[in-house]
Amino acid sequence: MNGWVSALFLRELRLAVRVGGSGVVGVLFFLAVVTVIPFGVGPDLNLLARIGPAILWIGALLATLLGLDRLFQADRDDGALDLILMSGRSMELVVLVKCLAHWMATGLPLVLAAPVFAIFLNLDPVAIGAVTLTLLVGTPALTLIGAIGASLTVTLRRGGLLMAVLVIPLAIPVLIFGVSSADAAIHDPVPFLTPFLILCALSLIAAVIGPFASATALRFASD
Amino acid sequence: MDPFDLGPHAGFIVACYIITFSVVAAVIGWVLIDRAQLNAALKELEDQGITRASNKQNAS
Amino acid sequence: MAFWDFANPTRFMRLTDRVLPWLIGACAIAFAIGLYKSFFMAPEDYQQGDTVRIMFIHVPAAWLAMMCYSVMTLSSIGTLVWKHPLADVSAKSAAPLGAAFTFISLITGSLWGKPMWGTYWVWDARLTSVLVLFIMYLGLMALWRTMEDPIKAGKAAAVLTLVGALNLPIIKFSVDWWNTLHQPASVMRLDGPTIHPDMLIPLLVMALAFTLLFFTLHLMAMRNEILRRRVRSMRQKAAASARPAAATASTQAAE
Repeated sequence: MNGWVSALFLRELRLAVRVGGSGVVGVLFFLAVVTVIPFGVGPDLNLLARIGPAILWIGALLATLLGLDRLFQADRDDGALDLILMSGRSMELVVLVKCLAHWMATGLPLVLAAPVFAIFLNLDPVAIGAVTLTLLVGTPALTLIGAIGASLTVTLRRGGLLMAVLVIPLAIPVLIFGVSSADAAIHDPVPFLTPFLILCALSLIAAVIGPFASATALRFASD
Repeated sequence: MDPFDLGPHAGFIVACYIITFSVVAAVIGWVLIDRAQLNAALKELEDQGITRASNKQNAS
Repeated sequence: MAFWDFANPTRFMRLTDRVLPWLIGACAIAFAIGLYKSFFMAPEDYQQGDTVRIMFIHVPAAWLAMMCYSVMTLSSIGTLVWKHPLADVSAKSAAPLGAAFTFISLITGSLWGKPMWGTYWVWDARLTSVLVLFIMYLGLMALWRTMEDPIKAGKAAAVLTLVGALNLPIIKFSVDWWNTLHQPASVMRLDGPTIHPDMLIPLLVMALAFTLLFFTLHLMAMRNEILRRRVRSMRQKAAASARPAAATASTQAAE
């Protein structure tokens, strides 16, 4: 039972790290988004400190979305997806493992890069810690929700843009509670723990809905 | 009460009704044009001698 | 079960052929009464003045925006669970109607907001959730347009519709939460208009008229969709018989 799960996990992780190095590119894209925002809103450090958590969250959301369109498509192109479907293993578990490996390869680098980028945005140490913590809890939810979009558009040749349009409305709650719990840690209109626990709950909900919905979509896409 | 005196914000109210009417008219127009086009396509195909799957037996 | 009687598209076409004229008539009568009542019978609101007349189309449109998503959710369950052959036809033809009514409710809402709030758009919780709903309708329509095979597109859209239905309460809740955090002091808060019976009756008649309009258009769009699939399968047949070598293979696949 555990053998195939770890084998699949290691395969996904190796593929994600070796082929194209999508984690590094994701971090570069994240850096580009963070760099471009001060050109838009001006170099006012107080303003940047106020909207810093939001910038980091939106950057992480966009970087996650960009990396997701290959989540199932590469496997579909070389036929591995059909083999996985025919293997008779629980497709929900397969999706969950693939998402976990994908998050380790692309989401975790974003979380690790966030404290560095937060310095550009003049965040104080408490805020940096809060943003990093919320990203650590929230980015798995983004990957899991994004997996639904990725599996729905798996048959399309250029589904990346459509996937982003489909996924962003579903990701709004994660964004709201991620940013507001980071804000709550800086200037406290509400205690930090309330939105943070809701964010954790959203990640857990996504861990249930995401694999179920995308496993269903993948089954329909293949037959 | 004069029903045609809509008060200081008459423009907004009239604009609302006009926009609603035009959106609904556009949807109705889309449905009707779509139907006309589909019926034309169906007729053209039937004239070419292509029949639907349900009455295939008496066609061949 | 009566529900399954509609499963045959030909029988559905025959049934709707008989029902549609009555539905159109009822819809026209309801609109005539509703428009007459909302312009000539309903008094001005003491607070909103004549702008309350916008409510007579805004509230029914907003109601339809939500009802349409419920119809699509039920149809998606029909597609995935019961594999009802008309369920994805119903879901597909409901999406543009839902988008149209959501658009109407957004436009009328902001036209009501300009005299009442002093601005066309506020990031109010209700407006924002309706905007998110609008984006979801458009996304679903885009998904349908980009997938070629109507059966596969129907299943993919059904999965997305159900995920959206699960997410909509969460989105509504989080938007409400976000709104209480960022409450701007300058914007006047007006809760839902207090309903006077003189206004409630035109409102209900208009809501009925809009609901009838929705079902009329929905049935007509479903008929179009069935015709579209017939044309599609006949075109495929024509293409198959044009190439005799491939003909036997593809007619077998079609059955």
